[in-house]
Amino acid sequence: MPAGAELVSRESRLPRSVARANRWSMGAKLTVVVVEEDRDRAIAIVDALKDTIDCDVIVIADASGLARKIAAHAPDIVLIDIDNPTRDMLEELTLASGPLERPVAMFVSGAAGGLAQAAIEAGVSAYVVDGLSPERIKPVMDTAIARFSMVRQMRTELAETRRALEERKVIDRAKGLLMKAKGIDEEAAYALLRKTAMDRGRRVADVAEALVTASGLLG
Amino acid sequence: MKTVRLPVAFMPLVDAAPLIIAQEMGFAEAEGISLDLIAAPSWSSVRDMLAFGRVDAAHLLSPVPVAMAMGLGGVSTPISAVSVLSVNGNVIGVGCAVEDRLRASGHAFDFSDPVRAAEALAEVRSGPLTFGVPFPFSMHVELLRYWCAGTALGAGGIEIRTVPPPLMADALVAGDIDAFCVGEPWGSVAVDQGAGALLLPGRAIWGFAPEKVLAVRTDWAETEPDLLGRLMRAVWQAGRWLSKPESRITAGEILSRKAYLDVAPELIDRALSGHLTVSGRGEQRCVETFLEFHRGAATFPWRSQAKWIARRLGMAHGLETAGALEEVARVFRADLHRRHLAVAGSDLPGASEKVEGAIRHATPVASARGGLSLLPDGFFDGCIFDPSEHV
Repeated sequence: MPAGAELVSRESRLPRSVARANRWSMGAKLTVVVVEEDRDRAIAIVDALKDTIDCDVIVIADASGLARKIAAHAPDIVLIDIDNPTRDMLEELTLASGPLERPVAMFVSGAAGGLAQAAIEAGVSAYVVDGLSPERIKPVMDTAIARFSMVRQMRTELAETRRALEERKVIDRAKGLLMKAKGIDEEAAYALLRKTAMDRGRRVADVAEALVTASGLLG
Repeated sequence: MKTVRLPVAFMPLVDAAPLIIAQEMGFAEAEGISLDLIAAPSWSSVRDMLAFGRVDAAHLLSPVPVAMAMGLGGVSTPISAVSVLSVNGNVIGVGCAVEDRLRASGHAFDFSDPVRAAEALAEVRSGPLTFGVPFPFSMHVELLRYWCAGTALGAGGIEIRTVPPPLMADALVAGDIDAFCVGEPWGSVAVDQGAGALLLPGRAIWGFAPEKVLAVRTDWAETEPDLLGRLMRAVWQAGRWLSKPESRITAGEILSRKAYLDVAPELIDRALSGHLTVSGRGEQRCVETFLEFHRGAATFPWRSQAKWIARRLGMAHGLETAGALEEVARVFRADLHRRHLAVAGSDLPGASEKVEGAIRHATPVASARGGLSLLPDGFFDGCIFDPSEHV
């Protein structure tokens, strides 16, 4: 069990806001909840956070009952991918009563102007408990932003590579069809595909795809 | 004229149609703009993209700008609702477990009577029913609360939980929620997946409820009046086109594209036509004004609508609103709507507020050209909301 959570449970008879205020005044660790269902990505983010900041990190992977699960950990900061549709479930947290219990989007916590923009660009949204000082938020956010955007970039690259491979396969098949049907060599087949694509204002991969589909239909 | 590109965020829903159609059917181009439509993964994301300048305009739940003006939720950038994009269009539905119990008790799924539906639900429930809604600040929540408070369900008779619409069917199956209120096509998707049945259209609770608005940052509206006018006119023209019955098939095909809703046109057509399939048994129900983009001055952002929303939000969240409603209601920009649409050939109402719920039959009203009729806007309980009594 993370130390932060333990502290909360020891003080569970106090209102949570008091518990939290005590925790801060003692300079205790931050508790950060990361909402992420992809295990590898979650591990990458946890490692990055732990390397830079002295904090407890809890990962929540399953969106069912999300708001309740998060509230149970009484985190100081909640990090979630901006593209995650379950993000709307966190809006319920912003309605919790009690000033120190209320996580707010980081963007309103005063110092966050440029940080908010950077976070949106990087694709991370944060909910930060009201009243937490900007100096303590910033390193967490900087790390999260860097890590989220790196993972995102890797994913995009992977998707691009996959797509390129798929297209190569289709183009190869189209070339094969042309070579067989017209008795031409590979180079001439590719030139024909490219010329057709240019004449029609389409991509070579699209023309190849159409050819493969049509030939499949014609049997 | 040089075409200006405007980034615009939307959620993949049938009621994003005016924005999508404005771009696809050339209404934007005719105004010298091009809409860069960005499908957002969540409503918080739409709101943040708008508030922090990633987009200039957005398809937004009508209570969101009102809530923001009241300091509710995370972000407080001043937002203006310059037009209503759609009126009505939500459905209330139940999961299979509740559907079975309702059928056993003899409920006919008439899809029209909110009092009887509530009585039937109250009779078969074993504890508080949990309803899934897309967002804490939404017409969905307001309609549910209004309906429960005035029926056998009772004000505290339900629990409301946020569930992203595409996950609504899964949440029903998993038992996280018993019922839901959601915008189309997600109600019909739940029916087709065998996850539940539709109980009521939103309009059975409030006959003319502003559902989504065209929202912009208030400072952007001030610094870019020309662009704003072009955007508003393009979207208004799209709404007018959508209201023609012969546009329906085309609209459904366009909305169904991968970049937009990415669901079958047949499902989208149910909302556009008001012919809904309410259960897995294939029962069909037909609803007048199920979803309206144009008729009855649908696009006009009545300040009285904003006031009604503000008052309901205040009551639900324990905020004192007396003396503040007038100010909050100004986020619905009747002034800008009139200024920018007067030249588009629209007939605009002379007033900026009306008594909500008072119109029983289509009624001619004072308007710029004298040819405007408002459509019935009654609440199911027959109550009215007089904005002059709430300031």
